[in-house]
Amino acid sequence: MRKVSAFNILAIVLGIAFLYLPIVILVIYSFNASRLVAVWGGWSTQWYAELAGDAEILQAAFISLRVALVSASAATVLGTLAAVALVRLGRFRGRLLFASMIYAPLVMPEVITGLSMLLLFVAFAVDRGFWTVIIAHTTMAMCFVTVIVQSRLVDFDMSLEEAAMDLGASPLRTFLSVTLPLIVPAIAAAWMLAFALSLDDLVIASFTTGPGATTLPIRIYSAVRLGVKPEINAVCSIFVGVVGVAVLAASLLAKISGARGTPARL
Amino acid sequence: MKNQPGSLWQRFTLAFPYAWLVAFFLVPFLIVLKISFSQGAIALPPYRPVLDLTAGWRGIEMFLAGLSLDNYRLLGSDSLYLLSYLKSLQIAAFSTLILLIIGYPIAYGMARTPRRLQAVLVVLVMLPFWTSFLIRIYAWMNILQRDGPLNELLMALHVVSTPPVWLATDTAIYIGIVYSYLPFMVLPLYAVLEKLDESLLEAAADLGCPRWKTFWLVTIPLSSPGVLAGVLLCLIPIVGEFVIPDLLGGSRAPMIGQTIWMEFFGNKDWPAASAVAVVLVCLLVTPIVLFQHLAMRSEERS
Amino acid sequence: MPSVEAGDRPTKSSPTLATGDSRRLLRIEGLSKRFGNFTAVDRLSLDIYTGEFFALLGPSGCGKTTLLRLIAGFERPNAGRIVLDGVDLAPVPPHRRPVNMMFQSYALFPHLTVEANVAFGLKQEGLPRGEIAGRVADMLALVKLESLGTRKPSELSGGQRQRVALARCLVKRPRVLLLDEPLAALDKKLRDSTRFELMELQRHLGLTFVIVTHDQSEAMIVADRIGVMDRGRLMQVAAPDEIYERPNSRWVADFIGDINLFEGRVGDDRLSVEGTAAGRLRVAAPIEAEPRTPVWIAVRPERIRLSRDKPPEPENCVSGTIVEIGYLGDLSIYHVRIADGSRVKAAVANTGGNGGYSPRAAESVWLSFAPEAPIVLTR
Repeated sequence: MRKVSAFNILAIVLGIAFLYLPIVILVIYSFNASRLVAVWGGWSTQWYAELAGDAEILQAAFISLRVALVSASAATVLGTLAAVALVRLGRFRGRLLFASMIYAPLVMPEVITGLSMLLLFVAFAVDRGFWTVIIAHTTMAMCFVTVIVQSRLVDFDMSLEEAAMDLGASPLRTFLSVTLPLIVPAIAAAWMLAFALSLDDLVIASFTTGPGATTLPIRIYSAVRLGVKPEINAVCSIFVGVVGVAVLAASLLAKISGARGTPARL
Repeated sequence: MKNQPGSLWQRFTLAFPYAWLVAFFLVPFLIVLKISFSQGAIALPPYRPVLDLTAGWRGIEMFLAGLSLDNYRLLGSDSLYLLSYLKSLQIAAFSTLILLIIGYPIAYGMARTPRRLQAVLVVLVMLPFWTSFLIRIYAWMNILQRDGPLNELLMALHVVSTPPVWLATDTAIYIGIVYSYLPFMVLPLYAVLEKLDESLLEAAADLGCPRWKTFWLVTIPLSSPGVLAGVLLCLIPIVGEFVIPDLLGGSRAPMIGQTIWMEFFGNKDWPAASAVAVVLVCLLVTPIVLFQHLAMRSEERS
Repeated sequence: MPSVEAGDRPTKSSPTLATGDSRRLLRIEGLSKRFGNFTAVDRLSLDIYTGEFFALLGPSGCGKTTLLRLIAGFERPNAGRIVLDGVDLAPVPPHRRPVNMMFQSYALFPHLTVEANVAFGLKQEGLPRGEIAGRVADMLALVKLESLGTRKPSELSGGQRQRVALARCLVKRPRVLLLDEPLAALDKKLRDSTRFELMELQRHLGLTFVIVTHDQSEAMIVADRIGVMDRGRLMQVAAPDEIYERPNSRWVADFIGDINLFEGRVGDDRLSVEGTAAGRLRVAAPIEAEPRTPVWIAVRPERIRLSRDKPPEPENCVSGTIVEIGYLGDLSIYHVRIADGSRVKAAVANTGGNGGYSPRAAESVWLSFAPEAPIVLTR
């Protein structure tokens, strides 16, 4: 019954084209044999080859991956706990402060959160490096995780938990065998978001990193401040490719698992 | 489980993230506040006074004596900061408006497509978001270069005769911001529009309302929570943006995020940077608190 | 208004209990539950006997579901005790009570198959896998779902889901099974057949059922005893026929089925009631109240006779005009306006009897009833 007007279709198509065009152009230029953007020198993979030999960038990528893995996992655990607390604990003393601390970082400019964390580490004479970046990323991502898991928990049918307890499952068993399996998709999505946020972060990492813990975005940033660089185009294209494949795979996976046993909405 | 008295489990669930946030969010901010009252120093750490707890009460006294409002006076006196704040607010407001104007039709179109396609559309809109923010801005650097594809296109279409300069202008900043924040505007709007009850629109039509009027009187007011969410999700972070103005804009008239960065990494004046940050937070806290209040009220209503 | 005494005994008219064990299984003493300013359950006392099918009946908001949840352990009472088999349930958390509840929404675990759902409770007991499988298979056969064991709840119909929910509870052989409006979500035909199956199951397994419903006819059909609740209190606890024929208050009389109420004062001979809208009314048994006290006479519509001419007896009759006829197929309800403007309902079976007399709207009729028909209500 939904009529999709021509205007609507145009809006969607234009919007999506706008979103993807710059990336497509970037990828095309990563294959440009000529160094200059103005000149099209033919198709070439030389920049990718140069990239493979660039030890600094490769190391930065490796560090970024490790930071992202650890901070995403930590953020998911903390964020899920926070979401459970917010939804299940009703009113408790300090709830307003807790909720504010969770939602504020979502909208606060990263310069401020980055700055504040750096000052914290300095004030307590903590050596900055790999672990300080992880702590900072965990804190930042935790809030996103909480929002995602919380919205799933709010929709959660409490009578399922009551039924489980009624049938003899202790509260812990109930959480593990009924609640958790049903919110796992939200937790997985939150993990992926935390991972992407960490991998991508420039500002907070810049503030909280130290020697030997240069992340990929920092490398890229210092390279491009002075202008466009073809090797950077190659790095970016690879990144985009990997992310694109991952996201498509994840959504296909979500579709398949969603088709089997979605919660019966009574 | 909600009605059972606070069990050990529940307290544990709360304690862990609570403690983490206090330690790594609240305390750092308090430290920023404190340092905004400090003075720069050639030392490690580069500010005075430093609270020396080992000196006991005397240490605390010395600490409090060393605090000053100098940095705030600096903010007030040097017009650089005022201009920076104003510019940030202006760019944020204007770009949020553009985002709303562009994003609403997209979200509306998405909400009107058949359900099966909607999931695909959501993924398509989210996908660029998952690729690096930095990369996407860098992509625009490619395009907006003097001899880049945009100018090539404009020249080819004879819209201009000489390639205009895009980079290091405010226009480039707007383009970058709108491009990066579009999903943040589209998705909350879509979430609300998607839930819109078709029967309300049909009822309006049944009562004799023409389509454009229905849109104005029914759809828009009902989508206001989504509009509010989208506006806040964009406006507040844009004020403190750093990467976009730094890469696409110039440094002649910096936004406040750039100012903080420059004070910190450039001038190494940590106290001044802290003061700028504190004032910025105070500016931003008002809409955040407002949003919280409204969100809690709508939660209670439902 | 005082609530019913704990221990309203089952009457002889409940055949299942006459042969069964009438030991008291569940005792509820002075139970109260408040939510903020709202009192959901108000100093309620009730006994439930082993092997009986007990129905909690009442309008929505009367507290019957809250009472069920208190027994199951999902709410904690503000006052009072619940004693099951001599054990006070207050310190016992819901997952350790030998009580199972069938939820109105069924609450089937969407990520588990039918078999896994039914086996869930047994797994928590730590039984060996072989025994679990056996009992699950038996129970599925009992509720006629043998072939659907590997399906997920989302793939079942409403009636099938209901059976899974039932099987899940029954397989644990609880001391008491609580059912929260189990038939509400089913369509009428399914409801009727499921109702009888429920009664069969209860008898066959010898379990104690406590069902919550707002549907009077359902309660009347299935229950051995009914507890009628209003605003947190028990108004009357008795077998269905006693509740219908001998309600203890105007409220109960009006809540169950249709009723005609006449207000008056007890006559000096205590065998009559004076000053009613239908004149002087005669009753068969002496009224246990002082003369001149205010009293109500309740007469069921089906006990009222319609006739064209004034009946010979001087009392228990009144004339009026038919203002409306409700034709229900098997019977007709005549709404008759009498002298004081109030309406009396008379229900007449459409059997072609009554001497072939079937009046039409706007006609004058005489209403009459036997002295055994009225129920005397002092409150």
